[in-house]
Amino acid sequence: MNAYLNLENLTVGYGAHAVIEDIGLQVKKGEILTLIGANGAGKSTILKTIIKQLPPLKGAVMIEKKGIADYSFSELSKTMAVVLTERIRPELMTCREVVAMGRYPYTGRLGLLGKEDEEKVAGAMRAVHAEEVADKDFNATSDGQKQRVLLARALCQEPELLILDEPTSFLDIRYKLELLSILRNMARQKGITVVMSLHEIDLAMKISDRVVCVKGDRIFCEGSPEEVLDEGVIRSLYGIEGGHFDPLFGSLELPRAEGRPEVLVLSDSGRGIPIYRRLQKEGRPFAAAVVYRNDQDYQVARYLASEIVTEEPFRYISDENYEKALSLLDECKEVYDAGLSIGECNARMAKLRQEAADRGKLS
Amino acid sequence: MRSHSRVIRYTIVFAALLALLILMLILNINTGNVQISPIRIFELLFTGRGEENELNIIFKIRLPRLIMAALLGGALALAGFLLQTFFGNPIAGPFVLGISSGAKMLVALTMIYFLDKAGRVSSILMVLSAFVGAMMSTLFILVISQHVRQMAGLLVAGIMIGYICSAITDFLVTFAEDSDIVNLRGWSLGSFSGMDMGNVRSALIIVGICSIFTFFLSKPIGAFQLGENYAQSMGVNVRRFRILLILLSSLLAACVTAYAGPISFVGIAVPFLMKRSLKTAKPLVVIPATFLGGAVFCTFSDLIARTAFAPTELNISTVTSLFGAPIVIYMLLNNRKNKE
Repeated sequence: MNAYLNLENLTVGYGAHAVIEDIGLQVKKGEILTLIGANGAGKSTILKTIIKQLPPLKGAVMIEKKGIADYSFSELSKTMAVVLTERIRPELMTCREVVAMGRYPYTGRLGLLGKEDEEKVAGAMRAVHAEEVADKDFNATSDGQKQRVLLARALCQEPELLILDEPTSFLDIRYKLELLSILRNMARQKGITVVMSLHEIDLAMKISDRVVCVKGDRIFCEGSPEEVLDEGVIRSLYGIEGGHFDPLFGSLELPRAEGRPEVLVLSDSGRGIPIYRRLQKEGRPFAAAVVYRNDQDYQVARYLASEIVTEEPFRYISDENYEKALSLLDECKEVYDAGLSIGECNARMAKLRQEAADRGKLS
Repeated sequence: MRSHSRVIRYTIVFAALLALLILMLILNINTGNVQISPIRIFELLFTGRGEENELNIIFKIRLPRLIMAALLGGALALAGFLLQTFFGNPIAGPFVLGISSGAKMLVALTMIYFLDKAGRVSSILMVLSAFVGAMMSTLFILVISQHVRQMAGLLVAGIMIGYICSAITDFLVTFAEDSDIVNLRGWSLGSFSGMDMGNVRSALIIVGICSIFTFFLSKPIGAFQLGENYAQSMGVNVRRFRILLILLSSLLAACVTAYAGPISFVGIAVPFLMKRSLKTAKPLVVIPATFLGGAVFCTFSDLIARTAFAPTELNISTVTSLFGAPIVIYMLLNNRKNKE
């Protein structure tokens, strides 16, 4: 494989204390690689070693087959740019001035900007949609704006390799999406290689070509998000005991309310989901029946319902399942009708609803 | 449009500083115990001919003194600016961090020793010993800064070093020979009096070289304002840069202390005022402005020191504190308000 960035047998840490050992990773040009793992797992330590802020305890970081120890800081600055987690408070600097700092490796002795530099600064600000804050004091902008300005600063440095440590922290959802789509464009259009850490697994799955899970003192697993991130991996990676994470949708569910069901929910087409969530919040155990396995409701009900009756897609509801549903109906004090679309296959749902109404349980 | 208004602001600030400096120079050279008319002074300055007495007053007393006040004032303000860059804190300065006091202590030691042995001390030796003293204090502060991360702790450490060094200096002065005491007392409290053209020449060389060096550090200083890690990622060799900052600030502060004794508050107040009036922290403009501002501040303070209670002279620090301390207090309040 033709690797652009190569971590060879790398051990990272502080002083004599190794945090992650024996890292072996190859990153191709234009690839987006994301490190995920619990807080304090050592993602930042790996990134700090890649950017030469920490010396490796063992092994080497190679960029295009040359060890970063052999790069001078000024050579490295033309190859690699960073967005760090640390908060900066530059005195009396406008956002444009912060971005313009990215031209540092290319300006002369006094750091004066030429016409071409000015254009690149403006271009970088345009790319991250930060033009409207250009003349504002950096310290007076919001966290989202700061993060975009810092990204523009990094882009201004015209790097081949972009390292970002948790770039989406402090950002609200809209800016998270925007920032990640900018990164994707940079990788696709300009062939910039991106290595970053993220703590949102769902975002990591959507943006990354490859993910690397960090846990304990090793790389826990590595590969494309589809290969790597099943529920079991994520549960053990983050040590999740209560609650669920659905890797397919990247959604997080809290632990279900345990116990015998008090409420039976009748629904299809995802209309049950808001009711499941409400019951979960109120701490009331509930049953869901009969849920087709290809219905959206199924994806949530399986984590939140204390009892669930499921049917295979596009089948008539079997006698057995109907009986089960009826006995749940008898057990529950209340039945919620979240809205049903009755067709040929699920005609028995209408019957079930009628049974509930006859017993005065339907609300 | 924006950059246009910026250039206008810079021009106004620099023009004002130059005008003030010229005004201070004129006032300083015209003021003194012996009344000499301004026209006569011009004649003396440009022709170099006149009465022996008048020539001496102008060329051996007033002129060296005012040049030194301007030169050392600028040096002191620059030293403050460099230390603020180093520690990333606007309240750092050679006086509060105990660097001036360290220099003072070693100079006192050298003076007593050499005056006793040789009867005189060359100005290079004075600067050298001040530099050693300044470096001692600085290294001590650096060691503490490894353990104490907050700036407040560091400042307390600096102030303590200052007290220790001053106590030792006082002790030395108390037990010095009678003949030295007059000399030492005046100097250890800070004063621009008693300068000669020889002093001016050596100070000019040291301060000149350091200031030019500092000016050419504008670019990395600017990068450093985004923090050490960003600076490194942009190609600054942080370790080398930090050493340069320490050497330059110590040398500048040492030079001032060697000639004029410790002078307070200039190093903090002047860079702050300059950044506020320029409305930027860009080192490329702030560095020259800080130098000019320091020169104006010190020539002005020296004028007050000489004239306020003439013929009695005040210590220069008395005057700089009087004007500098309120500025620093304002700065602290302002800083807090900005953070909230």
